[in-house]
Amino acid sequence: MIAGLPPKDKNVPRRRHPVIESAPPRLTPVGEALAKQISDVLSDFDVSITAELDEVCCLVRAPDVERICRLLKEGPLTSMKYMRLLTVVDYLEDEAELEVVYHLYSLEHHHKMMLKTRVSDPSPEVPSVAGVWRGAGWYEREMHDLFGVFFQGTPDTRTLILPDDFEGFPGRKNYPINEYDEW
Amino acid sequence: MKQRDTLDTRAAKGVPGRTVDMMINIGPQHPATHGVFRMVLTVDGERVIDAVPHIGYLHRGSEKLCEYEDYAQIITLFDRLDYVANFNNELVLVMAVEKLMGLEVPERAAYIRMLMCELNRITSHLLFIGTFALDTGAITPVLYNFRDRERIQALFESVSGARMMHNYFRVGGVKEDLPDQFNERLESALSEIEDGVDEVDRLLSTNEIFLERTKGVARIDGVSALDWGLSGPCLRASGVPYDVRTEEPYLLYERVDFGVPVGSQGDCWDRYYTRVLEVKESIRIVRQIMCQMAPGEVQTKTRRIVRPPQGEVYAHAENPRGDFGVYIVSKGNDSPYRLKVRPPSYCNLQALPQLVVGHYLADAIVVLGTLDIVLGEVDR
Amino acid sequence: MSLTWLERKTLARIQQRVGPSVVGPHGLLQPMADVLKLVTKEDVIPAAADRVLFWVAPVVVVVPAFMLWIVIPFASGLSVRTLELGLLYLIAVSGIGTVGLLMAGWTAASKYSLLGGFRAAAHLVSYEIPIIFVILSVGVLVQSLDLGHVISGHTVEVGGQILRMPDQNFVPFAAIMPLGLIVFFLAGLAEIGRTPFDIHHAESEVVGGPFVEYSGAHWAAFFLAEYMNTFLIAVLTVLLFFGGWSWPSPPTSWFGTDVPEWAVRTMGAAWFMFKAYLVTFAIFWIRGTYPRLRIDQLMAFGWQTLIPLSFVNLIIVAVVVYYHWPTWSMTLISLPFILLLWRIIGRRSRGIDAVSTVKLMDKSELEVTTLSDDLLVADPSGAATQNTEAR
Repeated sequence: MIAGLPPKDKNVPRRRHPVIESAPPRLTPVGEALAKQISDVLSDFDVSITAELDEVCCLVRAPDVERICRLLKEGPLTSMKYMRLLTVVDYLEDEAELEVVYHLYSLEHHHKMMLKTRVSDPSPEVPSVAGVWRGAGWYEREMHDLFGVFFQGTPDTRTLILPDDFEGFPGRKNYPINEYDEW
Repeated sequence: MKQRDTLDTRAAKGVPGRTVDMMINIGPQHPATHGVFRMVLTVDGERVIDAVPHIGYLHRGSEKLCEYEDYAQIITLFDRLDYVANFNNELVLVMAVEKLMGLEVPERAAYIRMLMCELNRITSHLLFIGTFALDTGAITPVLYNFRDRERIQALFESVSGARMMHNYFRVGGVKEDLPDQFNERLESALSEIEDGVDEVDRLLSTNEIFLERTKGVARIDGVSALDWGLSGPCLRASGVPYDVRTEEPYLLYERVDFGVPVGSQGDCWDRYYTRVLEVKESIRIVRQIMCQMAPGEVQTKTRRIVRPPQGEVYAHAENPRGDFGVYIVSKGNDSPYRLKVRPPSYCNLQALPQLVVGHYLADAIVVLGTLDIVLGEVDR
Repeated sequence: MSLTWLERKTLARIQQRVGPSVVGPHGLLQPMADVLKLVTKEDVIPAAADRVLFWVAPVVVVVPAFMLWIVIPFASGLSVRTLELGLLYLIAVSGIGTVGLLMAGWTAASKYSLLGGFRAAAHLVSYEIPIIFVILSVGVLVQSLDLGHVISGHTVEVGGQILRMPDQNFVPFAAIMPLGLIVFFLAGLAEIGRTPFDIHHAESEVVGGPFVEYSGAHWAAFFLAEYMNTFLIAVLTVLLFFGGWSWPSPPTSWFGTDVPEWAVRTMGAAWFMFKAYLVTFAIFWIRGTYPRLRIDQLMAFGWQTLIPLSFVNLIIVAVVVYYHWPTWSMTLISLPFILLLWRIIGRRSRGIDAVSTVKLMDKSELEVTTLSDDLLVADPSGAATQNTEAR
């Protein structure tokens, strides 16, 4: 990035290739069976189940997250005892929402899934799953540092990765990387 | 837990001295913390009552940087995440992009990738054994292990041009083929490394003092380990036989025969010895790869600047430290819309308070050693 | 000073390195360079430290180290001062250094040095007891506290009879009192604070322990004291157990002509030094090989193993001397206790198969796994196979 010039926005497709392909969903039989199981287990909640490449993707409402995670972990058919990843994707520019993504895996049944929920800006809050998987604690702290998503009920709310006096949420797309003055 | 008075707070209140707990800062600058890592321990005499890890000293904003670079540049960033196991990191990134694009990698390239990753596993574990021995006080094994690492790093230099930050894997294969006489050099290095590992094994593993320091120290059971998200040798030492190479085989791991060490006690010795056995298994895998590898192409033709289709992908592999994963959200451009790294050391380090509380101060250092963290990965 | 060079070279060769080789031929002038550097360094005193005691602590550690050398005889009659109570003097003066370390730990106003000081005080005081008892047992054996008599023997008049006390001209006390040798050597290693007993200045934990806030000449003083103590323990081991300048005694006649007194003494001293350097080499070798013990394990080893064995040694010697049994009976009686010590030390290490709790599972065995509640409690009998059930 050259100082003085506005940054090239790499997220806007260039005019030469206006056609953007989409990777088609390629679920395995195990994944399809899992999709069916999830829709059974979570029939009381408002969910929508899709597929991204080879992962079953389940979009839920933010307030239900903790209960759904507990059901998924303790349910004998799903048994998602291993939480791999908790991350936040910033869609604030296009859709005015932050998407919280959980990657879950079951060692017993060898199936995996993505659990997604969307929150919007003025107070992006999601119930914490640190009570379900203890390993979620640090992820939640980090996502709060970088994106500002607050996880209600998380055991520790101190900053993790950033210095304590840091202002702003550097993970977000609208964070002014070029105009940031360190001194 | 209840706030206990420290010497400082009591002095501030003007209360005369009494036996209190002491807060010790194993600071960012310390010979035993394997990087810039800070641990604040509250000790009662020599027993640790509370442990609070502080990370973030090496945070470089790699994930944010990836949103502004194209995939070939991101490979160099990934080299520097877990800077001890560079090839394994690069592998996960290129696997993720290839999965998104539906790209098939030529067989020789897959074998070369496997070879490099296993050799890197050997170097990483040798580093662990050496520094762990140093934490317990044995000052010699680290130098024997570094001698063996040098042999492998010379091979890496001949293949990729660099001893550590290789930038060798590409989306679609590897950058170029192996140099001449690689097989002979590899075989001679392997035989010497086998002897070296046996030597260190004999020196340490059954040594009475080493056993006293590590046996029964900081046990963690399998269910807690899974709950914390541990992976890799730390998880396997607790009895959970989870290895990504066998659960979701990637590259050509189905074609090679290897064993996976699984412990039963979940204490420091088990975490150490699983890694020693893994070195020996990696040597076995490397020998099989050398027999199975056949001449061929090493890179599938792709555009110079790779542009994967729109979509989301999660790819992971078995790093020496655990289950290293990458989640990429792509909008069809040269660079990812969002890239998130799942570092195994980050998850392993979360379990540190549970492991350390209740043990001695000297054990805290030993436990930190067995978790085998690399701060580049933890902080990104 | 030559010891620092010897140690660095020895450790380096054990570790497949070269060691100091730049300064002077084979790095022999390295100690000179070290001393020069340390003495010209700025003396930093922490702001919160008690200035007087901070300055005095190294002195309290170094001076006893020097004082101990007054009584050591390098050849018959060749000591700075021949004290009749030589052994007692050794015991008494070696205790003073401990106070210096504790002072250093406390006054440096740093938590690391405080912890190191605590550890040092605890373990140095505990390991003095076995040393005292072994030295006493040597005294009982020889019926004298004079260090010269330990080597060349003396005669004692008991009830009109002139008895010759054991000496080390032909049979070293190591053969007569092997238990004493082992206990003395281990306790001596602990007293000087060397691996595997160097927890109080373990670099990987308390980064120097009581020495962490010292720089320059003060640190050089501590360093010097440690090396002098190391050599002292080696010298004492040789003196008390390996015959000192004797065994064999230096020849007093050479092909018929009498060797002059000074030559006998010189040969004796040279032989003594050679043996002392061998023991020192063994001490460095141990440093390069073993990990260190944790403080509670160290204390347990001292109080539960070494002290009882040193009592036993004293009792054996006393009994044998009182009943005038032949000296080889002491060896016989000691042997079962040495075996006991061996069993205690090697309690856990029985070969990798007995020790290992890690099982190498083949790839195919991993495919079928079920997490069961068995994992809640880590099973000491090796429960990896319990987790594989047919689905």
